[in-house]
Amino acid sequence: MEEVIRLENVKKYYEVRRGFLGSQSLKALDGVSLNIKKKETLAVVGESGCGKSTLGRVSLRLLDATDGRVFFKGQDITMLSEKELRDKSFRKKMQIVFQDPYSSLNPFMRIGNIISEPLEIHGYAREETREAVLKALEDVKLVPPEDFLNRYPHELSGGQRQRVNIARALVLGPEYIVADEPVSMIDASSRAEILLLLKSIRDSREMGVMYITHDIATARYVSEKIAVMYMGEVAETGPSSSVLRNPIHPYTILLLNSVPEPNPANRRTRRLVIKGEPPSPINPPSGCKFHTRCPIATERCRTERPSLVEYAPGQLVACHRAEEVIKGSVTVA
Amino acid sequence: MSREEALRVEDLKVYYMTEKGYVRAVDEVSFNLSKGESLAIVGESGSGKSTLGMTLIRALPKNASIVSGRAYIFGDEILSISLQDFRRKFSWRLISMVFQGAMNSLNPVLKVGDQVAEPLIYSGGLPKEEARRRATETIETVGLPREFYNRYPHELSGGMKQRIVIAMALVMNPQILILDEPTSALDVTIQAQIINLIKDLIDKLGLSVIFITHDLALASDIADRIMVMYGGQIMELGSTDRVLGEGPKHPYTEKLLSSIPRLRGEGMPDFIPGRPPDLSSPPPGCRFHPRCPYVFDRCMKEEPPLFNINSTHLVKCWLRGD
Repeated sequence: MEEVIRLENVKKYYEVRRGFLGSQSLKALDGVSLNIKKKETLAVVGESGCGKSTLGRVSLRLLDATDGRVFFKGQDITMLSEKELRDKSFRKKMQIVFQDPYSSLNPFMRIGNIISEPLEIHGYAREETREAVLKALEDVKLVPPEDFLNRYPHELSGGQRQRVNIARALVLGPEYIVADEPVSMIDASSRAEILLLLKSIRDSREMGVMYITHDIATARYVSEKIAVMYMGEVAETGPSSSVLRNPIHPYTILLLNSVPEPNPANRRTRRLVIKGEPPSPINPPSGCKFHTRCPIATERCRTERPSLVEYAPGQLVACHRAEEVIKGSVTVA
Repeated sequence: MSREEALRVEDLKVYYMTEKGYVRAVDEVSFNLSKGESLAIVGESGSGKSTLGMTLIRALPKNASIVSGRAYIFGDEILSISLQDFRRKFSWRLISMVFQGAMNSLNPVLKVGDQVAEPLIYSGGLPKEEARRRATETIETVGLPREFYNRYPHELSGGMKQRIVIAMALVMNPQILILDEPTSALDVTIQAQIINLIKDLIDKLGLSVIFITHDLALASDIADRIMVMYGGQIMELGSTDRVLGEGPKHPYTEKLLSSIPRLRGEGMPDFIPGRPPDLSSPPPGCRFHPRCPYVFDRCMKEEPPLFNINSTHLVKCWLRGD
């Protein structure tokens, strides 16, 4: 399948002023490479502050990378100006669905206008606009679409609003969509419905999707590939089934252990947790950034930064002790 | 063995007055809570679970009214007494609540320790020095170093702020603690730490806990019993072992359980089509009937009672009785 998006060694640094000491750089992304094909979803998983939303925005050229390259369908778009991005239709082809269905829709605009706005900005004719809006509403199962055109956001449930968000992203016919935590603010009973919808639209419209989430359990249902991020770096990546069934990086293993499952036996035990919280990104740990919280860290982990190595087909892990974990000579949890 | 009863709620109805008329947020809810027991109240947004919590600490907004019902804390009725009496005798010292999103409501210009000490001074009438000492102890109880007393909210992470908010609720040693979605804004890794903390507190302090959540998986982590609410009413109430071990007996609980994304096993998570009822004009019969996969004639016309399917397991569904 054709590649839609490719990131090569992308870095995003922010300068942070530190009083009289001058400034220091905060490494939000520190050398991330990935690719997403047509009809493929990459789930980017990690805690808040790990850089996953920054990654999504850099891939859309909504943020400029400090270093590295961004390719859309094989074309290097890293250095294109805003005007070029728009004139060459890259903006239309790359869209985003935001997390919060309550604050991302203008409360004074009717649903029809919210969805048609992108078309107006890109200069579509009125007849074309109406057709595209109705089609987008139908695609997100807000049917019959005519019933929703004149409604306001407050008349809709959280799940319905998120469908409007998706419809707005779809209306320009994108080939790549970033869905940034699209279901985290929706009732548990409707989450699966929205995720399934995204997946079926992806297939029918042949798009590539980056699904950004802190919830690794939902990732397995919608994504073919997973990238687990920690402090601006990819800790482990590979086919979703391998990463979830046979996680290798201690962070992935512990992250999976943190997910609650409904089981009455839970309350008689304590959950195995990752100790502490991610350290300050302004002054990150030396060596492997996870070593301060890792139960199996050694001296080498404290000094030498591990690089991503392939340990199983397509499964890359940045951990000095990966081989021992695979052999079972050391256990994380 | 029957344990001492910490809380009893009888036939509680709480309605909101709105432009559209009455919204029946809590409707005919009865349950009890033993000393040292933890009860999870589970439901979607709008199920009435937070209103129920607010009622029990007498913190309802002005447009809400308690239409009927009684609540007893260790035998004393708390809904009919004056608000002054309630505040003097019950709030903070017998019952307190950690509000949803409270960690984002900390005062940004006050040291967190002083915020924890506040109820001791204003409600407990303790001298400042004594209040400070007790607040420091409580900060340690929730797993933070004592130096955190002097920190400001912006210096703390989400997980630390959540611990401070729990410390505030515990500072006057209440017997009953209500936690409203205490982990919903946190990362799973931090969520797991807070859940372990709550378990430790239950064991160490002998607390009775009401844990309000939309997540059945989290409920199973803490609760001895689970109470599932929908449209302001109890749909199912039973021990966690029965409801999750043997499997839910109410279609709503069943659907809620199958909506949870799992890490293992086959198949996609399920979802519940439609949306929760408009409680200003709830559907006739069973309130869940428009979304229920097993609906039949009777469900649309007659509201089912809470059937006692055994002494400790109640289910409000026509499939479970006649």
